[in-house]
Amino acid sequence: MSDDRSTLTRDEVAHLARLARLAVTEEELDLFAGQLEVILGSVARIGDVAAADIRPTTHAVPLQNVARPDVVLPSLPREAVLAGAPAVEDDRFRVPQILGEEE
Amino acid sequence: MAELIELSAAETAARIAAGETSAVEVAQAHLDRIADSDDQVKAFLHVDTEGALAAARAVDDRRRSGEPLGPLAGVPLAMKDVVVTKGQPTTSGSKILQGWIPPYDATITRRVREAGIVMLGKTNMDEFAMGSSTENSAYQVTRNPWDLSRVPGGSSGGSSAAVAARQAPLAIGTDTGGSIRQPAAVTGIVGHKPTYGAVSRYGLIAFSSSLDQAGPFGRTVEDTALLHQVLAGHDPLDSTSIPTAGPDVVAAAREGARADLTGVRIGIVTELTGLGGGYQDGVLASFKEAVLTLRALGAEIVQVSCPHFDYALAAYYLIAPSECSSNLARFDAVRYGLRAGDDGSRSLEEVMSLTREQGFGPEVKRRIMIGTYALSSGYYDAYYGQAQKVRTLIAGDFEAAFGQADVLISPTSPFVAFEVGERVADPMAMYVNDLCTLPASLAGTPAISVPCGLSDEAGPALPVGLQIMAPTMADDRCYRVGAAFEAAYLAANGPILAGVPRLGSVGAGTDGATR
Amino acid sequence: MTTTTEAAYDDVLTRYQPVFGLETHVELGTASKMFCSCSTEFGAEPNTHTCPVCLGLPGALPVVNAAAIEYTIRIGLALNCSIASWCRFARKNYFYPDMPKNYQISQYDEPLCGEGYLDVEVHGQTVRVGIERVHLEEDTGKNTHVGGATGRIHGADYSLVDFNRAGIPLVEIVTKPVEGTGALAPEVARAYVAELRDILRTLGVSDVKMEQGSLRCDVNTSLSPAGSSEWGTRTETKNVNSLRSVERAMRSEMVRQAAILDAGGRIKQETRHFQETTGQTRSGRSKEEATDYRYFPEPDLVPVAPDTDWVAGIRAALPELPAARRSRLRSELGLSADELQSLVNAGAVDAFAETVAAGAPAAEARNWWLGYLAQLANAREVEVSALPITPAQVAKVIELVAAGTLSTALGRQVVDAVLESGADVEQVIADRGLAVVSDTSALTEAADAAIAANPDVAEKVRGGKLPAVGVLVGSVMKATRGQADAATVRAILLDRLGVSEAG
Repeated sequence: MSDDRSTLTRDEVAHLARLARLAVTEEELDLFAGQLEVILGSVARIGDVAAADIRPTTHAVPLQNVARPDVVLPSLPREAVLAGAPAVEDDRFRVPQILGEEE
Repeated sequence: MAELIELSAAETAARIAAGETSAVEVAQAHLDRIADSDDQVKAFLHVDTEGALAAARAVDDRRRSGEPLGPLAGVPLAMKDVVVTKGQPTTSGSKILQGWIPPYDATITRRVREAGIVMLGKTNMDEFAMGSSTENSAYQVTRNPWDLSRVPGGSSGGSSAAVAARQAPLAIGTDTGGSIRQPAAVTGIVGHKPTYGAVSRYGLIAFSSSLDQAGPFGRTVEDTALLHQVLAGHDPLDSTSIPTAGPDVVAAAREGARADLTGVRIGIVTELTGLGGGYQDGVLASFKEAVLTLRALGAEIVQVSCPHFDYALAAYYLIAPSECSSNLARFDAVRYGLRAGDDGSRSLEEVMSLTREQGFGPEVKRRIMIGTYALSSGYYDAYYGQAQKVRTLIAGDFEAAFGQADVLISPTSPFVAFEVGERVADPMAMYVNDLCTLPASLAGTPAISVPCGLSDEAGPALPVGLQIMAPTMADDRCYRVGAAFEAAYLAANGPILAGVPRLGSVGAGTDGATR
Repeated sequence: MTTTTEAAYDDVLTRYQPVFGLETHVELGTASKMFCSCSTEFGAEPNTHTCPVCLGLPGALPVVNAAAIEYTIRIGLALNCSIASWCRFARKNYFYPDMPKNYQISQYDEPLCGEGYLDVEVHGQTVRVGIERVHLEEDTGKNTHVGGATGRIHGADYSLVDFNRAGIPLVEIVTKPVEGTGALAPEVARAYVAELRDILRTLGVSDVKMEQGSLRCDVNTSLSPAGSSEWGTRTETKNVNSLRSVERAMRSEMVRQAAILDAGGRIKQETRHFQETTGQTRSGRSKEEATDYRYFPEPDLVPVAPDTDWVAGIRAALPELPAARRSRLRSELGLSADELQSLVNAGAVDAFAETVAAGAPAAEARNWWLGYLAQLANAREVEVSALPITPAQVAKVIELVAAGTLSTALGRQVVDAVLESGADVEQVIADRGLAVVSDTSALTEAADAAIAANPDVAEKVRGGKLPAVGVLVGSVMKATRGQADAATVRAILLDRLGVSEAG
């Protein structure tokens, strides 16, 4: 990626689209590259804030150790599980040929 | 029948409980209203006639057999389509979930059902809650009842428009960066974003996990508080859910209605008053009047500065896209939703990519890519990591400010309702709608929007909202001050919604009060 | 079958030094899944143990399983790790159809357990394997590939996904790189996995069945030229499903890498798959371009901050770990290091100890478990501890043999019968009449009958050809269905023939 963090080339956008499994069209690549550049330019000012020693915040009310007891509860009935599936075979979700390998 | 749809939720519930009207009559009146006006407003994506009438019948049965009814039993409600409802289509405003019927209920859906509230249907929204106008909906653009050429705000625009158009007295929305408060402001109703964690997120289709909160809409502060009470509470299915009970917001709203704010310190946030320009004059004028009203109620007005609020937009547009890029990865054509391009010649990877390309709209795609970028190795520290730190600084600004004031105020949005098509092509022009609402989102603090005036700067008279912010867990302060202001405004100006055109086929002209 | 010859292997070691590491995934034996309350029971019908959470339905949220936290801390303590006072879960983002959310909730730079170590013994040497970290994550669903010739992903037409296993709690144990083991590297690796497995079993946190996938190992191997301090490029080998495979995989990988380096080539950083049938590794996915998982802290979960008193309680409640147990047994039972090692290698330490506890003398117990029972286990291709006979039963057999009620041969028959029928020792003896026939009159009768039936042989014996009595012994043994004591039979025959041993 380029050094000036607010510029975004078409190739970089194509790379992001691939990572995110989005088959963007050629026209979209151009449009998005411009729009994303503007947005990134605007958010890049986040770096202007001196925050080196600040701890990040993720939740308004800091909670910890939220857990549940190891107890089994009923699962969804299988018909409900498969009801919304695009394709089913042998009570499993059927997907087209997988190219990549498992982690 | 016309009268039933004008009633507040509190009054509706009281009449049902007293047997003066039945829940079925009330439900039918609202269903009729939807049928009559939704061609114009387009608030609803799905109307559940059968379910609503069945729920209404159940309330009537309970009343007849002498069983106790909850404070909102029989009251109709419009549910934002981002909330999962078992057996009813849930799309999150997206084509990628077209036709999906969830096999489970969100926790808040369950609470609404258990309270005897009658869900009329699912309302339109910006796709996956990303937007400020509902123009990003994959299905339709909801229109602002005040002026059908204008947007109702977003992302909870359908819910907000439904309440303003009398299609339901109550609605549920979600607020991530302002998506309850801003629509409430531009449609002239009340909308509250609860403290983060006060309302369960289990069953909310996630946009930005650390920011999303479901919350209530109503035409009055009291109605909004009543719904808030039904929704709020600890949920063991949501690990971020606050374990302790929140404050009694209904009592606060009723106390506030006495309209006495003696001893209450109200802070105006300098950074949210449009000093840098960009806020409409009409908005600023209404806000100024609101300040005078509050002072007249006995409040002490102080000026506070929250310097890091200037970075709220940058922080939000890094955090939210980052989290959503991950939250939306599950839409992959495998287990539910759209599957495109599976003609036997393509790999799963291709089918996934084509499905997401076709199923997601441009704003969603933009945010997914920004989020993917901001989380990439080499960029995390500068972007997402940095934004989360700035969040701490914003929370710190709030804390300091709340040392000087009990609540903080600002306009809810720099603009009144804009025209459909005016901003949708320019993402940044859309994002600035959230300038005032973003800080409370990032800090997770509660904030309410109440109508505070009308501005005719853009032509027709359009509502302006007053945002009242309070410390974490102090939602009651929002309701108290909101109710006090509402009482004063009502006394001075009459109900603001009297200015909404009648719509539907029953002719023009305004109707009676909402109380 | 070794598929890399000793010569090739030894040769490699003259030029290169191996550095290896192991990543082990353990399925925890909790009742419910890591982030939801679905059952973890193995073998259910597809997609019957799923819910909105583990299916990744829109709107679903995870909630941590408290037992999984405790089990992980137990594991960390047993491996001498520091336990984090505060840590978080993180999302590991990548797309794959067996991952319902297309991110895995795992831990990134804040693992629950930090550095530790595990000492293993190989050929009398103690090797300390450093542990880098132990963390908690969720497992994926299972893909079945349809249409290809081998059932593997390459060449398949399509795949079917079952999400029953999605969300099962998984503990990942990562070692630090292990250097300086030279030729013993594969054995050290194997010993590490064996010891780890033993520890996990003792802790009661998993059933650790490698063949069922509840214990999975990835072996990382690299070579550096002898004398160099720079590490070579490492490869990761997956599909290592048994202890033996751990050893074989590393050996074959070392030889493969050496051949490339010898020829002046470069090792490709990649994932390889071990193949049981050939003992070789096959190239998988290239890791040249490391996947960017875009880790960030899981916003749907809150930090885990184990209370120090609670952790101290877990530590105090840890059972006696295998190493300590072996030490104690050695001194209590007077075993030498080699004797103990044999038992460890055979996986018979527990069985042996319990047999002794049931009253059997140590030497006899050891002989039975390392002898006949080990043979039976091998023949059945199971571990000795998996044989359906209890140490108490074995002790009983030993007792009866010592008392003369059973001969050793009969004892073996009793063991066979117990394994086959599941009945108790006494029951089996009664049912099949396996007791030694020691009734002298009955034996005398049988001896007389044998003599009468074989007059020629009897003459030979009377004539001084004592060995010929063997035929008569055989005849009596046959008549008594092997239940006589052969020595006693022989003595009785000689007596009846009027011949003395010295004769």
